Parts: sequence; C-alpha cells; structure tokens
Amino acid sequence: MKRFKGFVIKEFYHIFRDYRTMVILFGMPLVQILIFGFAISTEINNAGIAILDNSKDAVTQKITNKLLSSGYFKLEANLSDYKEIEPMFRKGNIKEVIIFENNFAKKLETEKKANIQIIADASDPNTASLITSYTSNIINNYQLEMMKNQQLPMQINPEVKMLYNEELKSVFMFVPGTITVLLMLISAMMTSISITREKELGTMEILLASPLKPIQIIVGKVVPYVFISFMIAVIILILGFTVFGMPVQGSLFLLMGECLLFILMALSLGILISTVTQTQQTAMMISMFALMLPTILLSGFIFPIENMPLPLQVFSNVIPPKWFIIIIKNIMLKGVGLGYIWKETLILLGMTLFFIVLSVKKFKIRLS
Amino acid sequence: MNSNKGISISVKNLSKSYGNIQAINNLSFEIGKAELFGFIGPDGAGKTTLFRILTTLLLPDSGSASLCGFDIVKDYKKIRQIIGYMPGKFSLYQDLSVEENLKFFATIFGTTIEGNYDLIKDIYIQIEPFKTRPAGKLSGGMKQKLALCCAMIHKPEVLILDEPTTGVDAVSRKEFWEMLRKLKESGITIIVSTPYMDEASLCDRVALIQGGNIMKTDTPENIINQFDTALYEVKTNTMFQLMSDLKEWENTESAYLFGQYMHLTINNKDSNELESYLQSKMHKDIEIKQITPNIEDAFMRLMGK
Amino acid sequence: MTKKNEIPANSKSSPLEKFGKANVIITVKNLVKKFGDFIANDHLNFEVYKGEIFGFLGANGAGKTTAIRILCGLSKPTSGELNIAGFDGYKDTEKIKKNIGYMSQKFSLYEDLTVVENIRFYGGIYGLSSKDIKERTQNLIEKLNLDEVKDKLIKDLPLGWRQKLAFSVAILHEPKIVFLDEPTGGVDPITRRQFWDMIYEAANNGITVFVTTHYMDEAEYCNRVSIMVDGKIAALDTPDGLMKTFDAKNMEEVFIKLARGANNNE
Repeated sequence: MKRFKGFVIKEFYHIFRDYRTMVILFGMPLVQILIFGFAISTEINNAGIAILDNSKDAVTQKITNKLLSSGYFKLEANLSDYKEIEPMFRKGNIKEVIIFENNFAKKLETEKKANIQIIADASDPNTASLITSYTSNIINNYQLEMMKNQQLPMQINPEVKMLYNEELKSVFMFVPGTITVLLMLISAMMTSISITREKELGTMEILLASPLKPIQIIVGKVVPYVFISFMIAVIILILGFTVFGMPVQGSLFLLMGECLLFILMALSLGILISTVTQTQQTAMMISMFALMLPTILLSGFIFPIENMPLPLQVFSNVIPPKWFIIIIKNIMLKGVGLGYIWKETLILLGMTLFFIVLSVKKFKIRLS
Repeated sequence: MNSNKGISISVKNLSKSYGNIQAINNLSFEIGKAELFGFIGPDGAGKTTLFRILTTLLLPDSGSASLCGFDIVKDYKKIRQIIGYMPGKFSLYQDLSVEENLKFFATIFGTTIEGNYDLIKDIYIQIEPFKTRPAGKLSGGMKQKLALCCAMIHKPEVLILDEPTTGVDAVSRKEFWEMLRKLKESGITIIVSTPYMDEASLCDRVALIQGGNIMKTDTPENIINQFDTALYEVKTNTMFQLMSDLKEWENTESAYLFGQYMHLTINNKDSNELESYLQSKMHKDIEIKQITPNIEDAFMRLMGK
Repeated sequence: MTKKNEIPANSKSSPLEKFGKANVIITVKNLVKKFGDFIANDHLNFEVYKGEIFGFLGANGAGKTTAIRILCGLSKPTSGELNIAGFDGYKDTEKIKKNIGYMSQKFSLYEDLTVVENIRFYGGIYGLSSKDIKERTQNLIEKLNLDEVKDKLIKDLPLGWRQKLAFSVAILHEPKIVFLDEPTGGVDPITRRQFWDMIYEAANNGITVFVTTHYMDEAEYCNRVSIMVDGKIAALDTPDGLMKTFDAKNMEEVFIKLARGANNNE
C-alpha cells in the first residue's frame, strides 16, 4: 500500500509541474462551454419560420405579431395546408412551423382553451430546442397579459413537436455532450500519454524491473486522473448552471456516480491504448481518432442517432459515450432516477469491466 | 574470481534475435558473488539485450539464466526484488527533484532513504547540495550518480548497470568506477557494460563482446597475457605519413593509431626490418619499442580474427 | 583509406608553421554567454586555423555545448567578439550556417530514410544542384562501399557505418568548418580509427575540424586541444605542450588534473 501511495504522489507531481497541460485541462471546459453556449444563442436571431394559420382571427394575428416583433424570428412563408410543411422544411430555410388550430379565438372564448402546434426541425437539436422554448415563452407571456385584462382563466396550449428527431424535448444538448467529450478526452488521452511517456523516457524499464505489480502501476496511473476528471465534470456542471441556467433535475449524487463510472471506462480505454503504443505521439493520435471522433459524431451529441443510416445506428450501440449521454440527459433534464436508466448504466458498467480486464491482461510485464 | 564465495549469475546458451538480427548468440558465462564483472564492447554488440534478459525485461529465444538461484523466466518476481538496474538511457523523472526521485524509488521497493542510507551515503552526499533541483537540470556526472543511488536504494544483491559511463566525462567516469569498487566491498555483485575499453582494467573479470558473441571472458591481466604476438609501439617525426607507410608495408599485420603512437603487429617476428623500412621511407626520430598490449589492442586483435 | 600524398605533414612538431595567423578561420574574443545569473561561457578567447583539427574538451556541464551552439550560429552570445569563416557571429548567422557542417552522436541522419534519401536531403538543404547531388552521392557511395546498402534504411545499418556516413554527409557541401559533437561515442575501436582517418582526410582537404570527445586518446590526435573548466578555457595547446605543462604521460592525466578541481555544476 505504501508503494502504491508513493506512486500516486509521484503522478500528482508530474501533473502539477506540467502547468501548461493543467491550464489546458481546466481551461478547455470553460472555453468549450462558452463557445457552444454562445454559438447557439447567437444563432437564434432571425430564425426563419413559417405559419399555418387555420383560424386567421384577431388572436392568432396578435400572437403572430408578438412572435415576429420579438426579433428572434423572421416570417419566411404563410402556409395554407399541412402538406406544405414537409417540403418547406426540406428546403431548409425555415427552422420552425407554427400552426394555429381552427377557430382559435372562438375556442379560447368558449372553451377557454386553444391549441398551438409548434413543429421544429430538430436535426439541429440545440437550435430546435432553443427556438421552441423561445416560442413557448412568447406565447405564455401573451397568455399572461390576456389573463390580466380578462380575469378569466384561459389556456393556450403550445404543443411542441420535433421533426426528424422526435425523442428530443427541450434540451440543452451541449452540456451533457461537452461533459462526455471532455471526460473522454482527459481520461483516455491523458492516461495513455502518461504511460507512454514513461516508455519513451525509459523509466518504464525501471518500473517493470522493480517489484511493483502491473496492477499497482495501472491503478497508480489512474487515480490522479479520476480526481482531475471528476473536478472537471463538476466545473462544467457549475458553468452550465451559472452561465446558461441549466439545472440538474435529478439526483446530483446519481449524476456524479454515473460520471465516475464513465471516467473509469475512459481511463481503462486509455490504458488499453497505452498497451499497444510506444510513443506519446501515437497514443495521442489514437485517442483523438479512435475515441474523440466517434464520441463527437456517433454518440448523439451533435447528430441525432435516429437520423443516421441504419448501419451507423447499429454501430453507435458499441460506443460507450452514447449510453452515457442518454444517462446524463435523463438525469439532468428529466430528473429520472436509477430505475429509469438502469439498463444504460448496466451496459456502461459491462463495458467498463470489459476494458479494465482487457487492459490489465494486455499490460505487459516485460518489454515488447 | 579467486575470492568467489559462490555463483551469483549463471547463463547457459542464451540467444535472442529480432527478426533477422541475432542480438546475442549462444552466450554462456558465470559470475561469482561480489564480483565486478564488465561487458566490454561497442554499441550494437548485444550488451543491452543481454542485460534486459537478465533483468527479466525480455524473454530469451533459447537458453537459460539464473540470478542468485532464481530462474529469469519462472522466478521473475523474485528477481525483481533483488536486483538494482540502471538502464542505458538516463531513466529518472526529469521533473522530479533529486530527493523526490530517490524517495520514489525507495518506496516502490518498499524501503526508505533512511533505512539504507549507509549504502548510498558516500555517493549521495556529493549530490545532496542539489537535492531540490529537478533531475533534468543536473549535469551528466550528477545524473549518473543519482541514477546509481536510485538503483541501490533497496540494497540489491545484484547491481546491473547498462553503460553507466557513456557520454560522461573522464573525471566523472573515474569517480564512478571508484564508487563501484567500494560497493563491491560491501558484497554486492555488479555487472557493468561499457564501450570504453580502458575501463576493462577496473573490473575483476571482463567479457569482450562483439556482434552478439563473447569473444573472450577472463581477468583483464589474463586477456593481455594471452595476446598471441609481439606488439610494437612506433613513433617517428611524421606521424601521419607513418600511418600510411605502415599500412602499406607488406609485413604489417595490423597498425592502429593509439594517441601519439602507432601500435603495430607484424608477420615475421623481426622488428629490425621495420626500422630499415621506415628509414627507407625517409622517417626520422624513429622510436620502436615492444610493449605490453592493453585491452583495446586485445579487443581489436580478437575482432580481426 | 588515406592515400599517401594526402597525408598532412606532422603538425605536432610545428603546429603554427602550417596554421599561420593569416589562416585564422574562427576568432573568439572575450565571448560571454549568460543564462540569467548563470555564466555558461566566461570570457572565452581562442583562434582556430584553417585546416586544423581542433579538440574541444571539457567535463559535462563545463559549457562546451553552449559554446558550440554559439559557434554554429544557433545561439547569440551575450557579449564578446566572434567571427566564423569570415562572418560576424551576431549579424551573419545565416551565412555562417551555410559555411559549416555539423554532426553529433545523438542526431545526425534520419533513421527512417534510406542512405541515398539522406544524402539527397542534406544536399538539398544546402542548396546543391541536383547534378552535384547525384555526382557526390555516387562518389560517396563508392568511397564508403555502400553500394549494396544504399537503398536500406539508416536504422538497419550498423552504428559504425552510420557515423561514417553522417560525417560524409556533414561535409557533403564542402563547408569551411565542420563541428563534430562526440562523433565516435559507442563505436567499436576499429571503426573509431577509420573514422579518424576520415577526419584527417577532410582536414587535409582544407576543412577545419572542430571536435569534442570523451575518448582521451582521441584528444591526442588533434593538432591543438582546449580544455574547458567551469565555463572558462583552462588550457589550450598542442597535446605535447599540454602534457609537458602538466607533467602528464597522456591527455587523460592532463584532463583529470584540470577538471578535478572544478565546481562542475550547471
């Protein structure tokens, strides 16, 4: 145990003395969150919309004016039939269609209830979720104003529908996505680099020729990065909350536990990479291409899995970040408990165990 | 050899190749307890491969070896407890200070600096003034002293040093060998490799190694005594003219520069002819003296065979 | 390897006759290089003559590497006068680089390129015409008997061959000065001597050779030797002269007498 402690202390020395890497490690979440966050919010200016007004009365006109005067939206077309919606989206210059039902004003008056349907192009989920939430907000505001004047309770029901990506409700996709990408990057890349660095420097030769067990070397390498990755996950959550008001609906404890599981999975992948590479450079390249690209492209972070061709959809199942994104999205946004995500957790746990066993087995007790 | 209290290292028919390259070829030797044994040979002779096999870092293709009775393949865990190893490349953590490095190596061997301070004291006090300096910022001689301290901190029974003096200046080299002689007194078996031929005379016994083969194993004195021909040291007023004249002479067997002299072996044993040959080539101030060969002479003679 | 009529005259008995003042190729006057408070080179003064083999010795950390970097135009001195091959060491570093060759034990050739590719590459960076490169490549391959291995990767060649080739490549563009930083480390004794044969030949062709080594017998092959201790040049003379001055029977003794007293820390 003393040996192990000594080893971990040494690892921390390496990490803290390499201040450039430290700056990158802790600066990256900040920059990524801010870039993603602001890139998305600026996109909302003048988003193209189309309106299908089946009622064409005073109230629908008022709501339309409210929407268009908000500055967020630009009216691209007035539609007259449901059939026009699909081709309109396909053309690509609108992001949202707003549909007022028949006899809107009349229903509101008599039934105290009317429906607006909001359909968004969710192939760009971040924008879609923002646009729909803006639209709903504007409609809700209008509703509150009307209630003040009339004293009577009435309800306008905005019903949001995501086209092309129906699973997505109003989601800040980028916070879960960024956590996933950064944890993957830091855990896998940093461990694989720190092990291959020992190979390059020749210190691995001494470690191997010493009584240290492979498991001690591996775990000793992993422990510091568990800490660091965990801190980074916390930083991202705090940033998401303070800068973009993204709440954590579910149990924070569960969320942290799942993060830990994912960190362990990524770390064992990092060790696996280091067992098949000799230099820091190749370790970095493999981490980048074999781990980062699938994490960004195939995990559902940027491109919805539902929109992918079938073979890629099938392939995405073996990508651990996919499951992690589902898990944290559900915890953060829907507030669900373990009962709802136990399947995904189990899959992630299985993958973690698999990689840990594989990397311990592949870790060589000799040179080459 | 004479003072051996037993066999510390025993190697039988050890071979290892990488692809087409035979790194070491059927090596056999025995090294006694508390012996200071040197492997002398140039880069690429197979020294590092041999040492890595002995330190259990590589598996041999064939043959067997044991250290202190432990087999290098079966008992690799036991061997890793009892050896101290200094690889050829400087292998300490450059970003850790002198003291942190030493402390680290002490803990991974389950000991402390204080516990074995006696053993390293003589060496460590030389680098102690710099104990807070990162190892990467030490000079060559200091690095090597620190590496030796780290390799010995757990009081190993066998110390394996792969080219500890390469790239180190003549003074530090001399000091290093003085340290090794002292360590040997405390009963540690030491095997060292070096490309510097002049360091052979500092070992109890040496193996001259070249191209994966051991050309000879013996005490330095015996190797010199077994030099099988007369060796002459020649010097004239025009040294570099002498070099080419000697190389062209039909009786020359070998002629090599050694500092300010040429070392010459000849086919027929009469050196009088040499003097007249050199006179005929207009050399002046001719000095010809039969001398005792050194290890480098012996090495080159064995290489030529 | 060396032909009879190419052998230089014995310089040891008359070092300055051949290498007269008129033929100075490196002038270093009061050269100082500081890193912060630390003085790596403390008022160095020396001259190197054309065609000379100049040994540059010193303990690890004595400041050799710093000095060589300055002489090669890779680093600027803090103060002092410096002239290399007729060019100013402050202003004309690019011209200096064109007129020198450099080879070190640590890095010299690209291991993953073949013999011919390496030669072509170095010829290219020194701006030789493709005709020249072709011609010199052919000469070099013949001279070093590399015909069979010319399309092999450098990493598959024995170390001795590599070092000989590296030296030939370093003087491929016929520089005025070639800097050799521990060129023979780890090389077998026979190849080491063949390497020195090549050095003599280059010197005889008028190339000045500036060489560092840890083999003290090699110091004796130099025309003159300087020994650095703690950033200063502690001694500079012919090997014979040094041995007489320090009452030593070989250069190793001279070196140890000089360097033992050093503080020797960087």
